[in-house]
Amino acid sequence: MNERRSFFVITCLAFGFAFLYIPILSMVVFSFNASKLVTVWDSVNSPTLKWYHVLFSNEEILDAAWISLRVAVVNASGAVVLGTLAGFGLARFEQFRGRFTLNAMTTAPLVMPEVITGLSLLLLFVALEETIGWPAGRGITTMTIGHMTFSMAYATVVVQSRLASFDTALEEAAMDLGARPLKVFFVITLPIIFPAILSGWLLAFTLSWDDLVISSFTSGPGSSTLPMVVFSKVRLGVSPEINVLATLTIGVVTLMIVGVSLWMARANRLAKAI
Amino acid sequence: MGFLKKIVVSGRGLVVALPYLWLLLFFVAPFLIVLKISFSDVDLAIPPYKPLLEWTAKNAVAVKLNFNNYAFLFTDELYLKAFINSIKVALVSTVLCLLIGYPMAYGIARSRPVTRNILLLLVILPFWTSLLLRVYAWIGLLKANGVINNILMSVGLIHEPLVMLYTQFAMYVGIVYSYLPFFILPLYANLEKMDWQLLEAAQDLGCKPYQAFYKITLPLSRNGILAGSMLVFIPAVGEFVIPALLGGPNALMIGRILWDEFFSNRAWPVASAVAILMLIMLVPFMMWYQSVQARESAGSR
Repeated sequence: MNERRSFFVITCLAFGFAFLYIPILSMVVFSFNASKLVTVWDSVNSPTLKWYHVLFSNEEILDAAWISLRVAVVNASGAVVLGTLAGFGLARFEQFRGRFTLNAMTTAPLVMPEVITGLSLLLLFVALEETIGWPAGRGITTMTIGHMTFSMAYATVVVQSRLASFDTALEEAAMDLGARPLKVFFVITLPIIFPAILSGWLLAFTLSWDDLVISSFTSGPGSSTLPMVVFSKVRLGVSPEINVLATLTIGVVTLMIVGVSLWMARANRLAKAI
Repeated sequence: MGFLKKIVVSGRGLVVALPYLWLLLFFVAPFLIVLKISFSDVDLAIPPYKPLLEWTAKNAVAVKLNFNNYAFLFTDELYLKAFINSIKVALVSTVLCLLIGYPMAYGIARSRPVTRNILLLLVILPFWTSLLLRVYAWIGLLKANGVINNILMSVGLIHEPLVMLYTQFAMYVGIVYSYLPFFILPLYANLEKMDWQLLEAAQDLGCKPYQAFYKITLPLSRNGILAGSMLVFIPAVGEFVIPALLGGPNALMIGRILWDEFFSNRAWPVASAVAILMLIMLVPFMMWYQSVQARESAGSR
């Protein structure tokens, strides 16, 4: 198809992307600023890596990052298993009891305000502790369960839409040749949806790594995550280390997204070639 | 889909049982507990609420439901104002996302495949970057000695810094900025499937471009607009982070009230009642969103 965009549309695109990227770029630029005032550029001593050193010698931030990393990895792995099962069920089983409920339960967390999910999870954990004694107090475990509950919904959507976009002919052929359902899943279906599983994992990881609200409700003493520490710092005003943290985050996310999309484009071409 | 019927008997139940039970336990059951606690009394204990069920002297169970928390929410003006303000803010933000996001989604959908993929990546990238950090960026841009004021003052447009941070304006900027990708992505997915030859046909028959847009593109992208709007409106009503960081001390948003009742006042029953009222308000929109999604996926098959 030819490019058919009017001057108006191109202007909107330019302004829209400027709106999306100016804040991000400003954090990157000011992360190299020597001044403690953050937004006032100190042209004598900048650019500098001063705040990078400050960030990496801040024990509180490093400890929180370590907790966030552990929660995010466990969360992503669990969420992707649950999400793949749910996504497979919703995409491949036409009718089953509870289909409507499962669909609703995997759609609702996508839009549910986080304060509601957070509060309700906390009250559940408190009630469970009172009646069956588990979980004993709140901390990394309860936080991970909370994260899995909402990030599995995203993983489900990713897997489900991947499964919906390729037809069942390959699976049926394998079945006709006598492969058992479980074997078909592992030999045919899984390799085809693997890109979706990978992006589901990365998405679940990111959601958990960034989450503030649900973590605040479900964490306990001594299990503050990175966003919780950042939030308490940011509430007091701008702080130069946060720009550094943002710059590093943006760098990692950019590399990850570009890498995955290049890899997925290749996988798609291969899949089409088959 | 004959072969799938075989799985039905053996493994199908097992496949869906795990996610089903997980969500039932950790997503649905908690709402019942919130509902229960919204009817109990505040107590100075751990946890800070009184049980609903109590053993009375005659060994019978007495259920003590009380509507005090709800009555409190309806008599104190603060809560009503916060609810109304939250809906207003979410609604205005959704409209702003539509105005900014529609031309963008349209422009992306009408680009060449290579350009399209790059632009799409540029929309997705902020979506993957921490919301907290992106909201923080606006503090640096909007504050009194921030980037925008510095630029405006250095070119001489203003002589005193504008007060932008901690205002309603900053909150709108933050919400529109954070939720814009959520609006663009579903709308783009919808526009991508559009048959643009319809527009050419309309123009060949003498339709002006804006008429063709109004009569063909807009109605056909209805589901994309609705899905995007729901993804902005519903979470924006309960938004906490953005009003807390950009909105200033008197930005009345219901998500923030819930947070303060819970963390500052330790009034768990009141916070629960706020959550239940918010849910009652939002569930119809969630059901609408789900039916829009179902129509979209049925249409794409």
